[in-house]
Amino acid sequence: MTTATYKNSFLKEVEANVEDGHMVKMCMQCGVCAGSCPLGPHWQHSPQKLFMMIRAGKREEVLTSDSMWMCTSCYNCIVRCPRKLPITHIMHGLAHYAHRLNLAPAKQPTRAIAKLFWDNLVKTGRVNELKFSLAMYFKDGFGQGVKNSMAMQGVGLGLVKAGRLSPMEILGGHKCQDQNGIQKIVAKAREIEDKRRGLA
Amino acid sequence: MTKKQYAFYPGCTQQKGASGSNFTTSIQLMNEKLGIQLNEIPDWNCCGASIGYGEGGELPRLAINARNLALAEQHLPGQDMVSGCPACWLSSRETVERLHEFGSLMAETNEALKEAGLAFKGTVKARHMVEVLIEDVGFEAMKAPVVKSLEGLKIAGYVGCQTNRPFGIAGESFENPMYLDHMIETVGAEAVKYDQKVTCCGGALAFSEPDKAQNQIRQIVESAYDHGAELIVTPCQLCQANVEIYQSEINKKHGTKLAMPVVYYSQLMTVAYGGSAKEAGLNGQLIRAEKLEGFANK
Amino acid sequence: MADNNAVPKFAAYICSGCGIGDTLDVGALEKIATREGKMAVVKSHPFLCSTEGVELIRNDIANEGVTHLCIAACSRRAKTEAFSFPAAVSRANLREGVLWVVAEGSDHDEVRQEMAEDYVRMGCAEVKKMTLPLGNPDNKAESKRILVVGGGVTGMTAALAAADAGYEALLVEKSDALGGFARNLVKRVPFNAPHAEPVPTGIDEMAARVSSHPKIKVALSTTIAETAGAPGRFKVKLSNGAEETVGAIVQATGFTTYPLDKLPELGGGQANVTDQAGLETLTSAANGGAIKRTDGKEVKSVVFVQCAGQRGSGGNGDGTHLDYCSGHCCATSIKQAMYFKDQNPDIDTVVLYQDLRVPGMGEDFYRSAQTKGVTFTKGKVSKVTGGNECTVEFQDLILDEAASAAADLVVLATGQVPNAGVNLDEWTAINTLAEGGDEAAKQQRTALVDNTSVLKLTYRQGPDMPQFKYGFADSHFICFPYETRRTAMYAAGPARRPMDMFQAQEDATGAAMKAIQAIENVSNRRASHPRAWDLSFPKARLEGCTQCKRCTVECPFGAIDEDERRFPLFNEERCRRCGTCMGACPVRVISFENYSCDTVGSQIKAVNVPDEFEEKPRILILACENDAYPALDMAGLQRMTYSAFVRAIPVRCLGSVNTIWITDALNSGYDGVMMMGCKKGDDYQCHFVKGSELAFYRTSKIGDTLKQLSLEMERVQTQEVAITDNARVVQLINDYVAQLEKLGPSPMKGFG
Repeated sequence: MTTATYKNSFLKEVEANVEDGHMVKMCMQCGVCAGSCPLGPHWQHSPQKLFMMIRAGKREEVLTSDSMWMCTSCYNCIVRCPRKLPITHIMHGLAHYAHRLNLAPAKQPTRAIAKLFWDNLVKTGRVNELKFSLAMYFKDGFGQGVKNSMAMQGVGLGLVKAGRLSPMEILGGHKCQDQNGIQKIVAKAREIEDKRRGLA
Repeated sequence: MTKKQYAFYPGCTQQKGASGSNFTTSIQLMNEKLGIQLNEIPDWNCCGASIGYGEGGELPRLAINARNLALAEQHLPGQDMVSGCPACWLSSRETVERLHEFGSLMAETNEALKEAGLAFKGTVKARHMVEVLIEDVGFEAMKAPVVKSLEGLKIAGYVGCQTNRPFGIAGESFENPMYLDHMIETVGAEAVKYDQKVTCCGGALAFSEPDKAQNQIRQIVESAYDHGAELIVTPCQLCQANVEIYQSEINKKHGTKLAMPVVYYSQLMTVAYGGSAKEAGLNGQLIRAEKLEGFANK
Repeated sequence: MADNNAVPKFAAYICSGCGIGDTLDVGALEKIATREGKMAVVKSHPFLCSTEGVELIRNDIANEGVTHLCIAACSRRAKTEAFSFPAAVSRANLREGVLWVVAEGSDHDEVRQEMAEDYVRMGCAEVKKMTLPLGNPDNKAESKRILVVGGGVTGMTAALAAADAGYEALLVEKSDALGGFARNLVKRVPFNAPHAEPVPTGIDEMAARVSSHPKIKVALSTTIAETAGAPGRFKVKLSNGAEETVGAIVQATGFTTYPLDKLPELGGGQANVTDQAGLETLTSAANGGAIKRTDGKEVKSVVFVQCAGQRGSGGNGDGTHLDYCSGHCCATSIKQAMYFKDQNPDIDTVVLYQDLRVPGMGEDFYRSAQTKGVTFTKGKVSKVTGGNECTVEFQDLILDEAASAAADLVVLATGQVPNAGVNLDEWTAINTLAEGGDEAAKQQRTALVDNTSVLKLTYRQGPDMPQFKYGFADSHFICFPYETRRTAMYAAGPARRPMDMFQAQEDATGAAMKAIQAIENVSNRRASHPRAWDLSFPKARLEGCTQCKRCTVECPFGAIDEDERRFPLFNEERCRRCGTCMGACPVRVISFENYSCDTVGSQIKAVNVPDEFEEKPRILILACENDAYPALDMAGLQRMTYSAFVRAIPVRCLGSVNTIWITDALNSGYDGVMMMGCKKGDDYQCHFVKGSELAFYRTSKIGDTLKQLSLEMERVQTQEVAITDNARVVQLINDYVAQLEKLGPSPMKGFG
């Protein structure tokens, strides 16, 4: 038997630290979100269950869950929720919070690409699709990277041929001029947010 | 004719040589014909897209979006910000709404923007290209420049997610939005009814969870085939890329023979407005839209 | 003014409008009315319901001495106002009954005309046996006062509603104060927008209004000692010795909370496990401060267990506890959780529910509690342990796992047990023994009446109103929820069905209005629901009565008592005019002026039954006028067609069908008899509750008769028909005709 505490402490933590976390308590457990999610069958815990787990005080289980990383940002749950919970945002918020606490699953692929993507954009202000893709393929080491790249070679060449992937991007490519400004904005925003959440 | 002026936020995929560059190509003639002038926001940055949250969190994401909005306010005052990409639009619009709703977030965002000498006043409106076409131009006016009716072309209007949810086009239903079908009909083609109009293509998870995303894509393409479509049309860059690019992967893995061309509404309109295949960016297709090219070459 | 002493003069009026004249031979119908119907006056008119047509009839009544009319036109359910005359009236249904339901085309001309002619014959025959109902001259209704039993929210609301409408009310309350259960509540669930916060109960103000209302007389610490009489003239003896006369009664006796000691598995009886009423007491004692347990410890965590001992002890429907949902408890727990959160938001407040049922605007109240931080967990509780540290073991139904929660206090949301008086089934069994001379049974009977009965009626059928499901006071639940089987007695509030305070107030107002309606009807000599216009009343030729008691036992409304010689003693004011007594009577001594064994029997005999060589079967349909007959009319309105071999006679209720009609029909050579009545059983739709059930029962016994006549069982069929079954009645008829054709013609033809 799980002896969950069914106390409010984790709910309060979520309310304070997770994007739109204050709405978790408003879930009425209808399950429409779970039934509306395109990747629903692949979640260990549907949003409905995650909300219940938060209310049951299951901090560890929630934050180490792989589930919220399955969100494709399709927003279907948001528009269907009869209680108007911003479910997509809460999933993003939970994922981010788990990531920041380093409780999120280490090898979670979406977690990994999310970090790559963000780092890529913060560096130059714009996402470099080629570097991003390559970094993604090589995220699990050089050998796997070569394998991944080979596997996707046809697609890559097709895109190059169609003028939609420029090999020149590897040399730098598109970027913002005020990269320094962007990095300072991001750093400041994170500093403020961390302070607000007591993570600083 | 005075042109309608907009602060244009192209977004990363619309850059030259990027995956959505054929969209950028195709809107030139379309906007020309419809009297729309897009003024690119100087030094715009990435919106964070639908995957940036993992590392970016909330405030940094709001702040980088506010940077674009602040630049638009500063350099192109009085103009609505228009995005071609639904993810860019969603991020920008969400930023505007959240900053207006929560004063504390607005203050924090501006504190961050100050680091780069910027400030967001909150005067700019974030809109999507499709909104501009429907609301500022209108279906009637969209029809006016048609010189080649695309009669006989059966098209699956694939709306996908982010022009549809959570904000959507005003007056449309989330479950069965009709605007894309109307746009298809405006250029004389036939919008087929099929059941995957608003199904998610897997979004950014096409990278991280390829099998799951490809399963989504397969459903979309197969349903379009089943209902007689010869072409898929979409307003979304990620939808276009995912649904087009991965068909070959799906074929490889599952022995299917998917080869459904996927184009943007703007490519359709450019052809109908008399543009060449090149002007419509049709040379940028991985799966050639031969029927549409046929109309262009007529 | 019409009277029934004038020399009868019979007239038939045949309408040729609505296409009747185009399709039927009206001249032939006139001949039938004259020659076979023996009508003194026979006229046809192209638009009989027009002012001119109606005037024609009125003139004949006023100047030609016409006293009895057969109107051959549309269904008796149509044009009722136009065809309302100070005369006995029968209606031959040529439009809905013939024109609209017989297939078109000349192939069907002959059978269509025969059907119409039969209906004219039947209408003429019927009216000859009728007299105009003029209301019971023995009606002794004298009081328009309303007795309200119970001084809780329901009773006070009913008394105020009646009094505000101008009727005197007598409010009898057994405790020493008004307010009932609600008196002990700290606050109540909100009834108005924004439905967000618990609000003061308002009970004191309500009680003050009741006490000071000039039209309300309150008797506290008082119960009913005896209720005799009938609507408009109930003689009520009170425990304080007073005797009062009232016209109608509202029973608002409320509920008792389900006993905690019956719930040991949920910690009932253990320390720091209480029910919702108990929590009100603790909250009241806290007086706005921290809520403390009885041992003085401040409550820092509380778990509410919904559906405790309700809904079949966890949904099994096994009858261990209460099988039903009490309706109010979810909102009540939400309110009580707010008692804690409003006092101290840090208190862990968990509501364990299986289905949170907060209908209407309760959803907003639920949301408000969520906003305040009340945690709602979908779980099925298996065990509660009380004590210093209580634990609640449950299955988390979302996470699908066993879980437990600890709490300083556990509140069980237990159900409402109705205070509805004596269960008449129990009483009847004891009474039967007692009447047989069993002394123990006599004592039991007295004890039951003294200790349990609320109304202490002197009715032949028992001391309280019958009970519906789960021991709640009677209700015609599906069609007419306020109606009971005791005329001018209305149950309201949680005694009638589980409900919250808001619903109880609506219920009470409705019951008060029904009581007023009943009083007005009885004082105008009319029947009550559903025949509220009816001035006819049952008469019994007692010289023919065999004292068999079937009428007194079978009357669904307890209208008939017995005199010392065991003859039926009709209380017309209690009677609903369904005719169930008439259907029950084996010697056929009971009749109404315009509805009797003869009015129907003569119609059956008036039909021209062709001999077996003509291959034209005749099927009698006895259709309940409440549902089946309207369904037949609707079938006509929608131009559905059915066999022209049927002859339909509307009856007040299938309960009024006397088996003599069936034997008469079969003896006359009819090939089959089909009865159509309302749904019977627990979810009955019979307007008179028991009528269709009795008819089914009686016809199940008809086998012997059929055997005597050497007839097949299929020759008599009984069907349940709802008012919406218009397509189905057509199907039923056509199937039955086909079935009978297979069976061949009745061997009784030619012997009738």
